[in-house]
Amino acid sequence: MFNFHKDHRSLAFAAFIVFAGLSMLIAVLPAYQMQKTSPLPGMKEMTEAQKKGLSVYVSENCMACHTQQVRNIEMDNVWGERPSVASDYYYTKMRPDIWRQSPSLLGSERTGPDLSNVGRRQPGREWHLLHLYNPRIVVQGSVMPAYPWLFTEKDPSQLGPDDIVVPVPEKYLKHKDRKVVATQEVMDLVAYLQALKQVDLPGTEGPGFIPSSRVKEPSGEKGAAALPDGEALYMQTCAACHQADGKGVPGAFPPLAGSPVVNDENYETFIRIILLGYDARAEYGVMPGFAGQLADEEIAAIVNHERSSWGNKAAPISPEDVKRIRDYAMQLNP
Amino acid sequence: MKNMLTPAGILTAADLSAQSIPNPDTGNWFLSPGIIGTLILAAVVALVAVLIVSMRFIGYMDTLKKREQARQKAAFSDELPGLSGPEIDALLQKRRQRLSGDELGGSGAAADERGIVLKVTHDPNNPLVDEKKKAVLSIETPEELKKIVVWYLAAAVFWLVFGTLVGQYLGMKFVWPGIDSVPWLSFGRLRPVHTNTVFWGWASMAMIGLGYFVIARTSNAVIYSYKLARRAWRLINLSILAGNILLMSGINNGGGEYREYIWPVALLFALGLVFTFLNFYRTVARRNISEIYISNWYMLGALIWTLVLVFIGYLPGYQDGLGETVVQGYYMHQGVGMWFMTFTLGLVYYYLPSSLNKPIYSYSLGVLAFWTQMLFYTLIGTHHFVFSPLPWWLQTVAIVFSAGMFIPVVAGTTNFLMTMRGSWSDISKSYVLPFFLVGVVFYFVGSTQGSLQAFRFTNFVWHFTDFNVAHSHMTMYGIISFLLWACVYAILPRVMGREPRQLFVGIHFWLAFVGLFAYMISLMAGGTLRGLSWIGGEAFIESVRLMQPYWVWRAIGGTLMFLSHLVFAYNFYVMTRKEKELPQPVPTSASVQTATI
Repeated sequence: MFNFHKDHRSLAFAAFIVFAGLSMLIAVLPAYQMQKTSPLPGMKEMTEAQKKGLSVYVSENCMACHTQQVRNIEMDNVWGERPSVASDYYYTKMRPDIWRQSPSLLGSERTGPDLSNVGRRQPGREWHLLHLYNPRIVVQGSVMPAYPWLFTEKDPSQLGPDDIVVPVPEKYLKHKDRKVVATQEVMDLVAYLQALKQVDLPGTEGPGFIPSSRVKEPSGEKGAAALPDGEALYMQTCAACHQADGKGVPGAFPPLAGSPVVNDENYETFIRIILLGYDARAEYGVMPGFAGQLADEEIAAIVNHERSSWGNKAAPISPEDVKRIRDYAMQLNP
Repeated sequence: MKNMLTPAGILTAADLSAQSIPNPDTGNWFLSPGIIGTLILAAVVALVAVLIVSMRFIGYMDTLKKREQARQKAAFSDELPGLSGPEIDALLQKRRQRLSGDELGGSGAAADERGIVLKVTHDPNNPLVDEKKKAVLSIETPEELKKIVVWYLAAAVFWLVFGTLVGQYLGMKFVWPGIDSVPWLSFGRLRPVHTNTVFWGWASMAMIGLGYFVIARTSNAVIYSYKLARRAWRLINLSILAGNILLMSGINNGGGEYREYIWPVALLFALGLVFTFLNFYRTVARRNISEIYISNWYMLGALIWTLVLVFIGYLPGYQDGLGETVVQGYYMHQGVGMWFMTFTLGLVYYYLPSSLNKPIYSYSLGVLAFWTQMLFYTLIGTHHFVFSPLPWWLQTVAIVFSAGMFIPVVAGTTNFLMTMRGSWSDISKSYVLPFFLVGVVFYFVGSTQGSLQAFRFTNFVWHFTDFNVAHSHMTMYGIISFLLWACVYAILPRVMGREPRQLFVGIHFWLAFVGLFAYMISLMAGGTLRGLSWIGGEAFIESVRLMQPYWVWRAIGGTLMFLSHLVFAYNFYVMTRKEKELPQPVPTSASVQTATI
């Protein structure tokens, strides 16, 4: 009936029909079905600022290096508390206007960290502003581009009351006598990034991670050494601001090396700051609290790492000490 | 492997069946089939490189041997006057048995009736490698068609140089992230400029230009409309120009890979494709032979499928939320598979046999590969989103059919290699065939490696790392670009009557090949280590630091690749420049003889 070798009409027609049919089955229909999601309870609609921030995010094509998907394998647990689900993208992945498509936020390259939960991991505004002005200020070894065009430079005399001055260390300034001021664009972008938080799934357990079959060896022989790896935890959780060498960023994040709070024999203030955050010193950025994010063992491990590194020499503490202070602090700040 | 046997039911992402598959033990990651397979494949490429080098080396040794023989002969004739009568008689007797002895001597003109001496040169233009055969056949081509082919190829060469200059600069940004602070040149904006330019500018323009020659030649007909071809040329170039300017000024379609151009720009490109399809289809329709040659199957198929693809990729209505992600996986894989791969295969089915001067090994294998390409390739897009929140069944289908891609790949590779069989010695004597050989080997290696990369275990280690970048260069560069260069070098000298400088073709080949090898090995090694670092739970920034030396090597490889394109552009110029109105050189007897073979 069909002689494809001699009949160009049926050849072209067959190639078209079969391909179009397969495409409907494998792409268009599943895509159509995947649209039908509703937002998770507790998810907030995006504010105008966040929407504009997403637009900056797309315009600078941040998706080229940053994914926004926590895969359902255990190695991705560091990027979120649970695997991503379709509803997570309810507000962010809508078509923004007639010219542009729903942004391709899931990404295919993780040259930089996944951002699904960055709002929880990096809540501080100062950190984001410094990082966007020049990532090398806060992350040594980062290969992310700097975005100085999202900031303006102003003479100190021209600063208005609403201007948000970014505490850029002198070494990174082009004009030493000027101040770096955040533009509305970058504030929108930061608002979007800060809003990137995984919402808790309602009800019982949602989809879990496929567990790793890697045998987790109990580390150390003695009881005291059974804590998690404090250095690794510090690198994951604290080093973004306080830096790997514990020296902080002058003008933005205080040093831990040689800090009286860290080395104090009475560790109560120190642990309270970790649990509840700190915003008492005008010259430094706001520190978020980590009570919800870190377990007692983890805090103890981090504290012991901080109290025994970079020249610090203070006595180690135990998870029980953390628990005691946590219980007390939670009573005061429920 | 056993992961692939999971039944592909209609399950949601939340379905717990996903959790019955534990993460494999990464302690023995190097024993996983996907990784072993990739290592073997990389070894295949290295082996081919060694083979080509050793062929070149043998050729060189041959030259040395011949020179030594010539020296001995000269020594012998110096010795001759000192010999006695009987000694000379004995020698003469020996010689008479073979030749009469006066072929090249005496007072008459030298005669070589038996064709023993084809070409004598005391001045080889390159002492290191075999001198290559010249393209002796010249094909009479209508002036208009020549112009179309050259114009398309010229645009392709321009976009290749521009696109890879951008790519080269992007590679350097990994090593010097603070190299500039100009918004137009920032990484996020420039990356799609690189990919879209080499995709739609270089490869697409080159394919269509080369395709025009094939479609006219194999249909034994005149192109339906040259005007349409020129119009499509303008539309496609315009879309790439406008698209790149928009991308650099921060206007993109939402960042989905390879559909970063906003729809009005993509529409220009799609119109160009519609015109091209009409032109090709009508030309095939007015063919003067009853059968449609297999190349035309592939090229028509590629045009039809790509048009469907562009419309599915850009139409709204099913692309909000994760719908966009489903379409993205489909679109980006089909863009590569149904457009570049399919069209280029069509070109190879014509240019490879014609430069070997023999028919393709098996026509039926070509037909089998055509239909399986369509069936299997179409279904595998979601393998870019394994473990993502997309439905588990879509992921499984994608993985299963990725493995199914072995069929068209093996069919195609077998066909090409069997066509080359028996002509291996021609490789060292041709400046076209090494490009074909590398392209075909990469077709097998790159595609098979891609199938292995779709497996769930290899996704643990490689997904999101620079390994993906290595894979896409292995395929788009190792397969598509090498095959396109082969076709360009095969056809332009015959159509235009001008040869490139052989030494420069050699430089192009080796810079591109060594550059690609450095590029892909460094990113594959670095990507693997990076994935293992993530699985091991190290701090993320550690995995950035460990990549540094590999990114340096990638930049070095990229530089070599870019330099090779400058050489290619020069070769293209030599092949196509206008002849000056100079008197033709008087043909020497040697060249006349060459031409009459």
